[in-house]
Order: sequence, then structure tokens, then C-alpha cells
Amino acid sequence: MTQAIDNERLRRTMMFVPGNNPAMLKDAGIYGADSIMFDLEDAVSLTEKDAARILVYEALTHVDYGKAEKVVRINGLDTPFYQEDIKAMVKAKVDVIRLPKVESAAMMKELEELVSVAEKEFNVAPGSIHLMAAIESAKGVLNAPEIAAASNRMIGIALSAEDYTTDMKTHRYPDGTELEFARNMVLHAARAAGIAAFDTVFTDMNDTEGFYRETKHIHQLGFDGKSLVNPRQIAMVNQVYEPSEKEINQAVEVINAIKEAKVKGSGVISLNGQMVDRPVALRAQRVIKLAEASNLLDEEGNYIEK
Amino acid sequence: MEIKKTALAGTLESSDIQILITKGTKGIEIELESDVKKQFGDQICQAISETLKGFGISQAKIKAVDKGALDCVIKARTIAAIQRATNASEELDWRAI
Amino acid sequence: MKNNVNRQLDENLMNKLGYQPFQGTDIGNPIKQRVAPKVRISTGNDKLVDSLEDVVKKTVKDGMTISFHHHFRNGDFVFNKVMRIIIDLGIKGLTLAPSSLTGVMNELVIEGIKKGTITNITSSGMRGSLGDFISHGNLENPVIFRSHGGRARAIENGEIKIDVAFLGVPNADRLGNANGRFGDAVFGSLGYALMDAQYADQVVLITDNVVPYPNTPASIKQTQVDYVVKIDQVGDPDKIGSGATRFTKDPKELKIAEMVNKVIVNSPYFKNDFSFQTGSGGAALAVTRYLRQSMIDAGVKASFALGGITKPTTDLLKEGLVRRVMDVQDFDKGAADSMHSNPNQQEIDASWYADADNKGAMVDQLDVVILSALEIDTKFNVNVMTGSDGIIRGAIGGHQDAATAKLTIICAPLVRGRIATVTPDVTTVVTPGDSVDVLVTEVGIAVNPKRKDLVSILSKVKGLPLYSIEELQQLAEKQVGTSKKLEYHDKVVALIEYRDGSIIDQVKQIKD
Repeated sequence: MTQAIDNERLRRTMMFVPGNNPAMLKDAGIYGADSIMFDLEDAVSLTEKDAARILVYEALTHVDYGKAEKVVRINGLDTPFYQEDIKAMVKAKVDVIRLPKVESAAMMKELEELVSVAEKEFNVAPGSIHLMAAIESAKGVLNAPEIAAASNRMIGIALSAEDYTTDMKTHRYPDGTELEFARNMVLHAARAAGIAAFDTVFTDMNDTEGFYRETKHIHQLGFDGKSLVNPRQIAMVNQVYEPSEKEINQAVEVINAIKEAKVKGSGVISLNGQMVDRPVALRAQRVIKLAEASNLLDEEGNYIEK
Repeated sequence: MEIKKTALAGTLESSDIQILITKGTKGIEIELESDVKKQFGDQICQAISETLKGFGISQAKIKAVDKGALDCVIKARTIAAIQRATNASEELDWRAI
Repeated sequence: MKNNVNRQLDENLMNKLGYQPFQGTDIGNPIKQRVAPKVRISTGNDKLVDSLEDVVKKTVKDGMTISFHHHFRNGDFVFNKVMRIIIDLGIKGLTLAPSSLTGVMNELVIEGIKKGTITNITSSGMRGSLGDFISHGNLENPVIFRSHGGRARAIENGEIKIDVAFLGVPNADRLGNANGRFGDAVFGSLGYALMDAQYADQVVLITDNVVPYPNTPASIKQTQVDYVVKIDQVGDPDKIGSGATRFTKDPKELKIAEMVNKVIVNSPYFKNDFSFQTGSGGAALAVTRYLRQSMIDAGVKASFALGGITKPTTDLLKEGLVRRVMDVQDFDKGAADSMHSNPNQQEIDASWYADADNKGAMVDQLDVVILSALEIDTKFNVNVMTGSDGIIRGAIGGHQDAATAKLTIICAPLVRGRIATVTPDVTTVVTPGDSVDVLVTEVGIAVNPKRKDLVSILSKVKGLPLYSIEELQQLAEKQVGTSKKLEYHDKVVALIEYRDGSIIDQVKQIKD
């Protein structure tokens, strides 16, 4: 069963920050990303893995990242770095550890076990560190449902298209047909497990039109949001996820009807003589949350003319 | 802990600091190069020496080239240099930090 | 002696130089006497000369005041050619009074000081090795820093009495009719140099492009010019356009620019026929782009854009979003070319632009200005002159002048590297907090508490986090730590004039 929308945070934007870059680590919090993903994996050369790990640790424990969800992409289970990565990030009390190249539930379980051990070692509340998986291969896509449901700590599952398209013996095309199956698998796996689904990055900063096209597409499919390589993409994603005036006004009516029903003590919520059922109520709550995040509601919860 | 070999950590990029650590015999000696030395030199040296002390290092020569790093970066680069200089690279004691 | 922005001033020096401490931003309506230059009578047929050295020998004497303009910026060849000759001739005791000093001039200024050729300097600013040299007390007399408007005022009232002005131009005819709009070394508006041409006793034009008489449009006129000297090259076209005018991709600058634009469009000034001035910094340029979109969306057109002009601004002119560009200086070739082709881009001199002692300056009509800062303090005082290490590395430019706008927005990052931009007290006060209305940083904005109207409006704008300036200062300090107080020697190395000619701050010799 889908968890209550109210407990879910918005995850429209997950911004990548290279783990060994002090200037970018320092400023990562100012752009209003819903999640910030500090990267210890691909963005860090093999000789700097140790330095980046310590730097991200110090940044997480000293820099104020505001309301953003703090995610760290650790090195894969097949590398000599991941155990140290886990220890450091658990000790730093990061919100989420993201494991790359996940192909099975067993990999997530192995990670979960190590995280549990580290939580004990560093006196971190058991179960407080969340996990997410990046799917980067055909095998990972086919196993997406079991991966998404692998642990109670799971908060999301992300598609990583560069490795995946290579694995599929293709590459990325502007229209994204090559990703359609993987996107739908990842999305369904996430929804079935009640966790978030993140779409892959779009790297060509000069192709604004292509970025909007892709973001509108994954928004339509139902993704929670997108991984981003540049802070400038944040506003563009938020714009796509921004509800319309009509959607907001409808949602406000639904929410008011819910409140009214509560006041009356009525179990049945009705609006304009029609019954408001649960999917409608959930959708309205999500629209309000998005409208608030886009600064489209005033103090009384009504739409602000743009 | 003892410095076993010369080691380097950090870069010369903006907001970073490069720490070169070598064996020393006269306590902790720090040579600092920084555009903000006048305003922050003492704090930078203090961040470095406190980190060294935290690892039980009392003898070391440090050459630091600062590019406007914040204290947490200075600490991180010093730890990385210590790790490399003490051959502890892959098994840092995270409880010590 | 302390002035009205609580700055300690050297009383002996103030008395010796006849200066008053800064009182306030209100100029009032006094009556002022202007001066006029000497005129050497000529029919005009003896002006064209081949030898720069001969002209220097004829015009420059020990103890004189000589001037240059800085429209060629770092592509300037004229300054160094003239100074080389002056130094080699062994001339002593000169006052150097250029509109500003750019990095390419540093070496010869330092040499000139060391050899006793230059004993006094007044300028809008200085940077690099010269700033360092002056900050370490190597010039006996204090440098006088003046805004562009302040320099115009000082020239008009005789505080700066220019004996010889050496003015490089990309074209001139044999009598001295010249402009900045065509030739190899175009820079567009001659705004700052027009003051020198009008008020110097002797005006020497230096050009690599003598054109048939009469040359029009004549920004500098034959009635003002004594000599026209032909040299090989007056400037390097590639270095005249300042590099600062590229459109920024820095996400932090873009974030600041976006918030600046939000402040503008939500202010009461954003309506048809409003006027604005943007600088040439990364964020300021990006503001022009956001503002353009907002103007189109709201159907708002501006009456004029003012000051140092860049291509994004002349593009607005071309699009019809701005009715006139009032142009004292062009920062890039695009803006310079536009002046050549667009009659609605009006060249203005520094007096018309920004002089406080005027029958009406453009800045007095200005609604919105976006300015930068090296530092801004909790009193909203702004420093654009010294680094937080106490070393001179900036220029007043039109900062004090344009800050008289109805809405003065300072945009700056909260910290740069380990240096806090928002501080308890700026190292040097250049523009008084009284004329500053809003500070925009990447984390949010602060409104000068005396602008209750703006606080009330801007606090209601979503996505524009409103802080007190003290909160922003503390945020910055939390990031970088508390900096150690700088130590100085007693010697005053520079005085900062406010635009009315009073002293707003002094710079003392730094201790190393």
C-alpha cells in the first residue's frame, strides 16, 4: 500500500556534487535542491578516494545544508573503498546512502547489514540511515522490484542511464526510446514498494529544450524527480513539476472539503455533491505540497497570481 | 602516531588547501602560504595543529598552501595527509575523528 | 576627528589639505563657482605633430597636473608611451589625475613614483601591484580617490586643475575633432575624457587614425584641442573590451541575479518609463537578462538605461524595451558598436552622468541601480576600494553617484573563499549605508531598516528570504570564522572623497 503522502518529502531534484571539490561542497546548499548527492564514486579519482571521503565527512558534519536531504553515493560493493565509505557516512549521520550498480536485493541486504553494524559502532540510532539503489544494468532493471523492496530502509530507486545503455548495446538518443522499458520498470518497482523513483541525469547543459522535453516526459510517467549535474537545472525541473493554477484551485477545494468533513465529524468527504475518494485526496495533498514548494500559495493556502 | 613518509593532500583549487607533511624533530612546524594569512593565519595554523594533536602527532613539518579553505576543509586535508603519511590509508580509525 | 559614518580621520592631514569630514548624502542647493581653462589662440593649422616627445617637451613642466582617460582599459598604449617619455625627460613633481588607473599602467606609475616624477595621484581606483605599492606607504602624499561624478565636480570647481590632458582616441582629424566610435581601437563613449577636453589648459589628442577634416560626430571638438599626435597604435582592441562582460554560467551569480530581479520587479519602481543602471559584474549582467524577460512579461518599458554600458543593455535598446541609453562608458565592443549605429544611445560626459554639483545629473533621475561590493557592513556601508587585507584593489567608479538612485541594490556573495563580504565594519567606507537600500546575497536579502516601505513589500514576496543584515553578517562569520583585526602604521596613504568632496574615509599604510 502506498504510504501516506503527508509523510513523504518532495524529491524533485537530486543534485550531484563531486566529493573532492571544497568550493562546490561549500555552496551545495544554496540552490534549493530537494536532495543533494555527494559523490564518492565516479566523480572521484582512485587516488583521491580517501581524501574525498574525509572531505565529505567534514562537510556533512560542519556545513549547513538547510532542509535538503543529504545523500552520499558510495563506491560499489566490488571496490576496496565501500566499507570505509559506509563507516564514514554512517558516522556523519548522512540521511541516505546510495549504492551504485545494484543488480540484486542481496546487494542491498549486504549494504544494510554493514550499515547496521556501523550504526552500533558509532552510536547512531538504529535504522536512521536510509538507503537507495541506482540501477545501471539490464540485470538491475529486471530485478528492480526485489531491489526496491529489499529493505525497510529503502527510500528510493534511481535509473542511471549511461551504464545501462552501454549494457544494452545502445547509447542515449534525444527521444529516450531506448530507456522506456527501464524507466517503466524502475518506476513500477518504486511505486509497488512505496518508495521514490528518480530519473537519470541529462548532461548537455546547452540543450535546454532537450532537458525540458525529457523532464516533462518523466514527470508525465510519474517519476518523483530527476538526478541533476548542474544547479542551473533545479529551477527548470521545479518549473515542470509546478502545478497549474487550475490544479491548485481544485486541490485547495478538495483540502477544504476534507477539513470541513473533519470538523463535522463526517466520515464521508464530499465536494460539489460528489464524493472525494482516497486517490483524489492524495493527489490534492501532493499538488498542495508542490504548490507550496513553488511559492504559489499565500499564508491562507490560496493560489497566488503569478 | 609517527610520520613514516612525506605525504601530500588537497589541491590548489579555490576554497581548498594543500597540505604537505614531512618528518620533523622540532615539534610541529607549520609554514603557511595564504592570501588571507593576515586575517586568518592563526586560525588556519591552529586548525592544522589541533588535528595533528588529535592523531597524537607531536613531531611534523607542515607546508600548507591555502586557497581560502574553510576550517572543515583544512581539517579534512590534514587528516588525509596524516593518513597517507602514516601508511594508514585504507583503515582510518573513524572513531578517532 | 570622526565623520558621520564613524570613521576616524587624521585631523592634521584634513586641515592641511582643507578637507571637511563627510556629513551626509544630502547635497542641498548651494551655489557653486566653476572655473575655465586657459586657451592658446590658434587658427588650427599647426596642431598635427609627428613626435610625441616634442609635444611632451613643449607642454609638460615640473609640478604640473597631467591627465589621461581609461576608456582603453587594459588595452591602453597611450599612457605608457607618454609616461615613458616624461620619466625619461627627468620631469619631477607631477600630479597624476587620470579618470582611473588600469593594471596595464601600474609598472610605469610605480617607476614614476620611485624616480620622483609622480608625487601626487588622484584616481577613481587602482589595482594589483600599484595598489600594493601605495598601500605600503611608498607615495609620500595620500592618493585622493574620487568617484566619476566627484572627479567631474573637482575638475569643474578647480580642485583638479589639469595642465595637460593626454587623450587617446581611435580617430581624429588634423584639428582635433574626434570620437570613440570608429577606427581599430574603438571604445564607444568618450564620457570621462570629455571633462579633460573641456577643462584642461592644454589638450593633446593621440591617435593612430587621422581622418579627413571635418570629422563627425565630434565628441571632442577642435575648439578644445591644442595638438593632434599621430602614433602607430593607441590600443590593443582585444584588451579594450573588458572580460567581465561575458554572460556568467556561475550558478551562484545566477541565483543572486534572479533574486535581484525579483527585488526590482516587486518594487514600486518597476513600471513604465522606469530607469535603471547595471554594472559590468557577472551577476549584474545576468540581471539584465532576467529583467528583459520580466519587462516583456509585464509589458513594461524603460525610459533610459544609464552608466557603463554593455551589449545586453544595448540589445534592450534595439528591442525597444529601453527608449534611450545614456552612455558614459562602454564595457564591450558590442556596446561600442551600437553607439556607432544607434542614435538613441546618447554619449554623456561624467558631469552630466553623475556630478553632484550640477543643475541636474542623470543619476538624480535614476530609479534602480545594481552595484557590487567587496564588503558591506551592518550599517549598509559599502567598500569597493580595499580588500579585507587592507590593500587597495578597487575603484569607486560611479558607485557613490549611482547609489543616489531611488532603489540601490548591492549584490554580492555572502563570502568569497574565506573572506566574509558581509562584515560588522567594512575595511574602508566608500559608499555610505544611507544611500543603500537592499543587499542581495545567494542565501537571501537584507533591506535597510530605514526603508520600511520596502521591508513591508519584499517580506511578502515568496522565494525571497528576508534577513536582517546582522543575521547575514552572522551567517557569514559562522562559515569563515572571525578574522583578526588588521594592523596599520600611522601614515595615511589614501583619502576617499564622497561625491560632494568631503572625506568619507582614509586608508592607512598596512603593517605586514
